[in-house]
Amino acid sequence: MERPIIEVKNLVRKFDELIAVNDVSFDVKKGEIFAFLGPNGAGKSTTIKILTTLLNPTYGSVRVNGFDVVNNEDDVRHSFGIVFQDPSLDDELTAWENMEFHGVLYGVPKAIRNSKIEELMKFVELWDRKDEIVKNFSGGMKRRLEIARGLLHHPKILFLDEPTLGLDPQTRNHIWSYVENLNKTEGLTIFFSTHYIEEAERIAHRVAVIDHGVIVASGTPEELKARSGVDSLEDAFLKLTGKDIRDENADGSGNFRMHNRVWRR
Amino acid sequence: MQMGQVILECITAYGADNFMNAIYILWLRQLKRYFRSKSRMVGSLGQPILFLVALGFGFGPIFEKAGAGNYLQFITPGIIAMGILFTAVFTGIEIIWDRQFGFLKETMVAPVSRLQIMIGRTLGGATVATIQGVIVFCLTLFVGFRPVSIAMIPVAIFFMFLIALAFTALGTAIASVLDDMQGFQLIMNFVVMPTFFLSGALFPLQGLPGPIELIANLDPLTYGIDGLRGALSNASHLGLHTDLLVLLSMVTALVIAGSYLFSKMEI
Repeated sequence: MERPIIEVKNLVRKFDELIAVNDVSFDVKKGEIFAFLGPNGAGKSTTIKILTTLLNPTYGSVRVNGFDVVNNEDDVRHSFGIVFQDPSLDDELTAWENMEFHGVLYGVPKAIRNSKIEELMKFVELWDRKDEIVKNFSGGMKRRLEIARGLLHHPKILFLDEPTLGLDPQTRNHIWSYVENLNKTEGLTIFFSTHYIEEAERIAHRVAVIDHGVIVASGTPEELKARSGVDSLEDAFLKLTGKDIRDENADGSGNFRMHNRVWRR
Repeated sequence: MQMGQVILECITAYGADNFMNAIYILWLRQLKRYFRSKSRMVGSLGQPILFLVALGFGFGPIFEKAGAGNYLQFITPGIIAMGILFTAVFTGIEIIWDRQFGFLKETMVAPVSRLQIMIGRTLGGATVATIQGVIVFCLTLFVGFRPVSIAMIPVAIFFMFLIALAFTALGTAIASVLDDMQGFQLIMNFVVMPTFFLSGALFPLQGLPGPIELIANLDPLTYGIDGLRGALSNASHLGLHTDLLVLLSMVTALVIAGSYLFSKMEI
């Protein structure tokens, strides 16, 4: 059997006393659309940050595209593209300049870069607005541009951290059809998180549910529904994670310094 | 699409010169942002020019009576340095904005080292601040400042660049430890303003009370301004070589400190 493209084994991440991720293990297969679900503060963002080299694990091993996230940082970084939860474009630059910046940072040679930028911007239907300053773009346009940017260096995996947050249903629909299309035509592995559970039900091949830093269930949407004895993934999700409202910042990411980085080395 | 070929070319082309390309694009970004925000550019010229006109003409007669010569000639290097100082610290601190607006994450997940990010940004910020200094210099010519020698102007610009480097790096270091812009006022009042006022920008360094002299001697800007004064007015107090040596070591220390703190920064 082919080796999984993402392998997480016994991952632990602590912030001082708080354990954000507690002994999490899962695999994502090549070419899969994998949904990572959980309430606020469950450890989702922390896990995604570790997978994308923004945070180091406290314990455990994480391999992305066969590379270790701690020791082979740069190989891991070449392997994935990411669309963050919050916009991450430079508002003062044009759409094209944002793409170029990314291409240069990732070492995509100029000749390929320019044609690839054109191809991708046409793909997300922004080519005719390439010279506009990003500040003037709508939320949906920015998201599309970020997807195009994330694909510029030809990654093997695309991470989408709540990519449809705050977008209208039309745009959300549009974005998911791009993503499904990419998965089908290019065999791109998709790893995404979302609070819109019906999106996961519709497009994910497999789902993992994390709560209080622990994976509480994983499998296909059908398996999860069958196991919980309910009709929709959303009901299964609520059954698995309870109905309490969570503290938004409980995973503590963003507020803690990276002490860890110092003494791990 | 001929993906296989694309990947192959990516790999072969990815090498040593990518190190410089990444720095270049980060530098270029700073410049583009600067030239696009005209209001910031013009706004940050207002303060130095006001200082020059108000103090230069205001204190001029007293300065001359005290037998210390032309005050306008004396403070112009200080005023140029002021323009550079403010712009440089501000471009360094801009990292906080980048973090708040999410752009920093885009650079942090890219396969480039934090050192490259730091170098690119610092060079970009320093270039911007130097341009700002040159603009202030040109404006002072209209107010009545006369450099003693045209040949020394490149030396003056070199000193401007060193000042810019030192304080962009300082700004980066500060931004790496601050969480948001809340602390900005604190930095202005306890770092930037004292750096300026205690640097000998506005008064001669001779005959100062001990503690003030000590602070002035520890202030990198003192050496920057003295160097500028040497190049533009031929009135260096410490000597150009001392200025250069001290400034270079302070720039190195600040860039190292900035890089270190930046590498510890969490997003």
